[in-house]
Amino acid sequence: MAVIRDVLPAFELFQPTTIDDAVRLVDKYRDDYWVLAGGLDSMDWLKDRLRKPRSVIDLSRIPELVGIKEANGGIEIGAMTPLTAVVRHPLVRDRFGLLAEAAELVASPQIRNQGTIGGNVSQDTRCWYYRGGWNCYRAGGNICYADTPTAINREHAILDADRCVAVSPSDTAPALVALEAQMVLRSARGERVVDAEHYFVGPGVDITRMTVLEPGEILTSIRIPATWAGAQFYFEKVRDRQVWDFPLVNVASAIKFANGRIDGARLVVGAVAARPKRLASVEAAIVGKPRDEQTADMAGRMAVEGAVTLRHNGYKVPLMRNLVKRAIRGGPAAVTT
Amino acid sequence: MTEDTPQGFSRRNFIKGVIAAGAVASSSAYLFRTATVHGQPSAAGAVERLITLTVNGQDRRIDVMPQETLAMTLRYKLGLTGTKIGCDRAECGACTVLIDDVPHYSCSFLTHRARGKKIVTIEGLADAATGKLSPVQQGVVDEQGFQCAFCMPGFVMAATGYLKANKNPTRQELAHGVSGNLCRCQDYDKILTALMRGAELMRG
Repeated sequence: MAVIRDVLPAFELFQPTTIDDAVRLVDKYRDDYWVLAGGLDSMDWLKDRLRKPRSVIDLSRIPELVGIKEANGGIEIGAMTPLTAVVRHPLVRDRFGLLAEAAELVASPQIRNQGTIGGNVSQDTRCWYYRGGWNCYRAGGNICYADTPTAINREHAILDADRCVAVSPSDTAPALVALEAQMVLRSARGERVVDAEHYFVGPGVDITRMTVLEPGEILTSIRIPATWAGAQFYFEKVRDRQVWDFPLVNVASAIKFANGRIDGARLVVGAVAARPKRLASVEAAIVGKPRDEQTADMAGRMAVEGAVTLRHNGYKVPLMRNLVKRAIRGGPAAVTT
Repeated sequence: MTEDTPQGFSRRNFIKGVIAAGAVASSSAYLFRTATVHGQPSAAGAVERLITLTVNGQDRRIDVMPQETLAMTLRYKLGLTGTKIGCDRAECGACTVLIDDVPHYSCSFLTHRARGKKIVTIEGLADAATGKLSPVQQGVVDEQGFQCAFCMPGFVMAATGYLKANKNPTRQELAHGVSGNLCRCQDYDKILTALMRGAELMRG
């Protein structure tokens, strides 16, 4: 599709300074608005002219949405907090190092300076047929262009696909699901809190959306409870280039031990399904076992059960199996950069 | 450079003149604009088109469309063509500028977001009074850091921003710090040598 790169399509820009004003605006322009967080996902949509919203509501001037504070023994991160601030924050580093590691592996330094944690978890999928403006299932059509005999589908889903085979591109999302984070959403009707695990939706639930965020709703903050603070964490992201690229597969684990055995675990894999894939059965199976090669091996094999590959993404099965194995075994992640 | 051109007239100055004329034309369009989108009573948070930006220490009053990116404004409204547009997609780093001392891709940053913030472009690094180059710029000159140098302003801005946070980086740390910039000449080794020299000069 021809790309016009002179200027973005015209829109009306709003820069509210309070959450209440922002909520009023998204409510008012319910049918035709675009919420701008960091703007990096948004800019692609707007520059390609695949989205031409009448109103853009920029959240960057709302101080309430920025910052990290202690709350109920855990932490609360404002949705507009830049990823760099998340990476550097001492509370995050000391207690929830998993999130700091994940956020540090997002894109490039400049993107982490501008991109926000709320935007990172709420970004749309990167399936290039969909992002190229093709009228696929996700775009409201009745075909998946990535799942045809000649499709280029190297980065697509191996699990839980339902017509659409796009994957969740976020690095912080698996970490947040592993940490049992909660998303705080605001709308004109008030506030609701959703578990990170249920914030993301697969195509079986809603094929046109990646999250439960509804029109008229804004993600305002992310709460991380003390539950997994200081547990043993492991995060690894595999991608083609060590900068910019989205994960081919990423993995996040949090494990607690008692008497040398695994006492509890959270294990989440990203970029293999439309939502961060929590492996609850593997988590249950490794409890009570020692952290050793045998347990890790079993976890890896269990993790990929039921995987369905497309023409070009078969490599994701051994990749996911090995990453899960490493996430259970622990130790330093593969050296990058 | 252009300062040395005897007639005081150069291609670059001519281009800048054309750009300035364009800016005047576009602001007159603003003045004579009839009420359309902005004719209605403004809702909370609606933006004005005539805004003030602080660029390289100067307050610049300009007419900015809501959908304009900072790279566009800097280059085509303010004539600061040192900021390059490579990919226009936050994927190459050529448009890197400092916003409140932090490197950002100006191609993916709405100009209206920069209101009230301190913007520094490659033109603002040298000492305005004496013309003395900044340490990173001097490092690039000393080490002949770049080949074609289209990516250079971005690299210099990214390194300058990174060095504000970490004054004494290892070569690998600095490489990570400027990893958001691409060089199609693949001249990374020499670039890093030059930027490391800049870091050294910055420490004095």
